[in-house]
Amino acid sequence: MATYRRISVTEEDGVSIVRFVDKKIVDSGSIEQLGEELNALVTVEKRANILLNFDGVDFLSSAALNKLISLNTKVKGIAGRLKLSNLRAEIKEVFKITKLDRLFDLRATQDDAMAAFKL
Amino acid sequence: MPSIDETWFLDKWIPSDLGVAHEIIEELMQAMEKAGWPGGDMFHVQMALEEAIVNAIEHGNQRIVDKKVRVEFEVSSLQARMRITDEGLGFDHRNLADPTSEERLDKPRGRGVLLIRELMSHSEYNEPGNQVTLIKNRSSDTPAEDD
Repeated sequence: MATYRRISVTEEDGVSIVRFVDKKIVDSGSIEQLGEELNALVTVEKRANILLNFDGVDFLSSAALNKLISLNTKVKGIAGRLKLSNLRAEIKEVFKITKLDRLFDLRATQDDAMAAFKL
Repeated sequence: MPSIDETWFLDKWIPSDLGVAHEIIEELMQAMEKAGWPGGDMFHVQMALEEAIVNAIEHGNQRIVDKKVRVEFEVSSLQARMRITDEGLGFDHRNLADPTSEERLDKPRGRGVLLIRELMSHSEYNEPGNQVTLIKNRSSDTPAEDD
């Protein structure tokens, strides 16, 4: 299994649960690395069901949002599923303003997201 | 709300370097925290300011480190005013493609101006578009809606 520095990954019921190391995802070097690690989940490790759990993430810039969009495209490319959970209210508001809540499947909690993978 | 309504000012020219920009945004966040601003408002300011400064460095000054960005901040317990000026030629801020349209939704760029407009109480570009003024009025202490 690959070693990651910006994320931690656990596996549960066929779903890769990703959590973020940084509270503020803002530094451009870290965001580049984050993007590479997220993409590697799909392109190298061929993980198709991915849940991004944002618990503990206080802030993310739009450069970080771009990495999520890129991951979404890659997951769709292998007919996989991507879900996001535990976003703080202000981050959810950013998704709403940019209408990215239509592109991503946002769930309140990890349990909600895990249940949605079983549908 | 703090009992003494002091105003904090900052006026600096910084190089086109994102690391330096983040340090200065952090300074503003600390000033807002000291002035007792709610976390939701601080998030909005950080998001909008991040977009404005990144635009100034990447698009305005085209990442040429010798080109400078002027940052002017003024923070009281009730209002935060920020002005960002770059040395670029500006851009046509009135005719931008809608980043929320169906065909652009999965495109990586173009959300900065929208976020600035929606998250700030008021935002304004100068005529050429190389200067943006952001104003955030402190909201009431109601926590952000979590639906």
